[in-house]
Parts: sequence; structure tokens; C-alpha cells
Amino acid sequence: MADKFKIEIVTPYGLIVSDEAEELTAPGIVGQITILPGHHPLLTSLKIGELSYKVKGKTEHLAVSWGFAEVTFDKVTVLVETAEKAIDIDLTRAEAAKKRAEERLKALSEDDADYFTAKTSYEKALIRLEVAKRAKQ
Amino acid sequence: MPSLRHIRRRIQSVKSTQKITKAMKMVSAAKLKRAQDAILTARAYAEKLQEVISELAARVETKTHPLLQDREEKKSLLMVVLTSDRGLCGVFNSNLLRQTEAYIREKRQSYGDNISIITVGRKGTEYLRKRNYNVIESLVNVYQKEQYETAREIGEKIIESFISGNADEVVVVYNRFKSAISQVPTFTRLLPVEPIEIPENVPKTEFIYEPDKETLINELLPRNVYIQIHRSILETIASELAARMTAMDNATNNASDMIERLTLLFNKTRQASITKELMEIIGGAEAIKK
Repeated sequence: MADKFKIEIVTPYGLIVSDEAEELTAPGIVGQITILPGHHPLLTSLKIGELSYKVKGKTEHLAVSWGFAEVTFDKVTVLVETAEKAIDIDLTRAEAAKKRAEERLKALSEDDADYFTAKTSYEKALIRLEVAKRAKQ
Repeated sequence: MPSLRHIRRRIQSVKSTQKITKAMKMVSAAKLKRAQDAILTARAYAEKLQEVISELAARVETKTHPLLQDREEKKSLLMVVLTSDRGLCGVFNSNLLRQTEAYIREKRQSYGDNISIITVGRKGTEYLRKRNYNVIESLVNVYQKEQYETAREIGEKIIESFISGNADEVVVVYNRFKSAISQVPTFTRLLPVEPIEIPENVPKTEFIYEPDKETLINELLPRNVYIQIHRSILETIASELAARMTAMDNATNNASDMIERLTLLFNKTRQASITKELMEIIGGAEAIKK
């Protein structure tokens, strides 16, 4: 059995990753899932979270927002609306963005029409920050 | 015959026009590269999504989702027409709009007057408004902004009017970017989603679905509408630049021809006037001699 599989991470703005990986962990909608070579075909939607994959023993981290992943026997295709590599995220800016989103969220009550959008952007900001911190480690 | 000064002025004016067309061509060419890259990746995304959806749609009870419902009695049609905001791009807009009109004429036979239009881009808005088509909404100057946000905005409107029954069919019209020299006006049915049959001979692998097929398709279908619109926006941008590049290239060449012709005329006129002056001098001298 093959010890690695192809991965492709695609957003509407471009192909972010095209590589061969030994392992991929994605924020599945029903919980975090890890895919190893030879995984059974799977289609799952993803939520905002951290996606990581291992190439030659080295782990890469990405912050992703809504999307889904299609797993076939030798390939994993991840289609997401946004994907940012950890090294590309500016830590200070991510921090500021999180603070802004947090304040906006606090100002709104749960009944507000914008509450959901504010919450989503807060979650996104939080994940970006976490992922960015990982790159520093 | 025009005076020398007149011709000289004309040459000057054609030359400065040529400078402008040349600059516009260069700008379009430079921008085109980026737009082309954008459309290629967006196409990959859109096609992959479409593939997954059609595979899914074949496996679920298609009648369950409102966006998959193909109503038997179709009463109204909603069209999204994408044109450019600016002109000077040859037949880019007029071609698309002419075909749109023909399409509407044809659709009138089944829909009557229940055809409404959402326009994107100033050119199409002006054209269709002037001709009294039922333009219910228009967006201008949206191509420079975050295109995905715009696409989502349009998509939400479309989905809403489809589900509420204000539109039984939604068609999007745009110039598909085929190559730098060819753009094709394209009519794509957006809703209801066309049911795609999986060919029998393709071995079906049984997928695991998380959370489950129905939830997945509920999430994917609206996204697909946004993505398809996003794609048509990107196609329009790339096509516009390509069309402008070709149009401006032609204009520059025409200007060169014109300058050549005018220069010839200028020289001829100059020579004629010199000859005329010489004749007058010689004539005068002859007269004095006698």
C-alpha cells in the first residue's frame, strides 16, 4: 500500500497546496478527522478551523474556513473558501483582527441580525491567531 | 484641398489618439495576465464543486431540496446579465446584449412578460433600461471590489426569489473567456440545478458522508450558486480585458494607417503648393521679361 497520497487544497482564489502527504488532519463538521493513506472514500464538510498535513515528517498548518474535503483512495481534495498558511499570517495583525472581532461581537446581542456574521468572523480570527502562533513554535 | 496646417493638425491629433490606444492596450495586456490566472483557478474550483454536487445529487432524493426542484409549470424567468462598466472594448458588450435580446424574444413565447433581469455592469444596465426591459436590479462598479462578496450578494437574491417562487428558472449570461482573442457569449442555467446522470459504466465507489448526504447537499447547493456567479464575474473581467486589448490593438494599427495616409497627403499638398508657387514666380518673371 502506498505510504502517501496526493493532496490538493483549492480556494476560489487559487490552488494553495499541491503536494504529497503522509497524513492530513482536517476540522470535520462532526469532529476533527485524520486521514492516512488508504482511507475509505469520504466526503465531509469542514468548519472553520485548523488543517494540517505532514510532508516528509514535517507538519504544515493552515487556517481554513468553510469548505469540504473529498477523499478517494489515492487523493484528498480540499475545497475551502479561504486557506492561509501559518507562515503567511502576520501575528500582530491577526491579534488586532481578533480584538476587533471580539469587541464587535460583545456589542451585539444574540438577537441581532449581524450576530451570526460577527461570531463567524470572530471564530475565523481566533483560528488564524492560533495557527499563526503555531508557526512561531 | 485642405490646407497644410489643417493636415498637420490632423496628424497630430491622430498621433495622440494612437498614444492613448497604445497605452490602453498595454494596460489591458498587463492586467489580463492576472485575470487569466484568476479565472483558471476559479474554474478548477467551480468544476470540482460541480462534479461533487452532481455525484451527490445522483445519490439523494433530488426532489427533497428546493434548489433542485424543476417545477413543471414555469411562469417566470430571472436573468443575470454581466457586461463591463466601461466601453472601448470592441463588440464585447454589444455582441452579448444582442444575443441576450434574441434570447429574451425566444423565451417570451413561453414566459410572456414574466422575464426580469439583474444587470451587472454599467453598459448592460444602460442598454437594457433604455429598451424598457424589466431590470429589477443593477450593480455597477463592482468588478474592482471583492468579487466573491458580490457574487454571494447576487446569489442570495437569486436563491431567495427562486425559493419564494418569484422565479422558476434562473439563467446567467456572460462572456466566457476562451482565449485572448476569443470570447463567447454564454447562457448558463443556474437554477434549478440540472440533474446530471452518472454514466452506468463508471464504477461507483460508495462514499462515507459526513454528516449525511442531505445536509451536505443543503450546504453545497447555495455555495455552488455563489461560486458559479463568482466564476462568471471573473470570466467577464478576463474577457473584457482581452476584448479591449484586441480592440485597442486594432485601433493602434488603424491609427498608423491613417497617419501614413495623412502624411502622404501632407507631402503631396506641400509639393503641390511649392510647384504652384514656382509656377507663379516663373510666370511673373516671364511677364517682366516681355
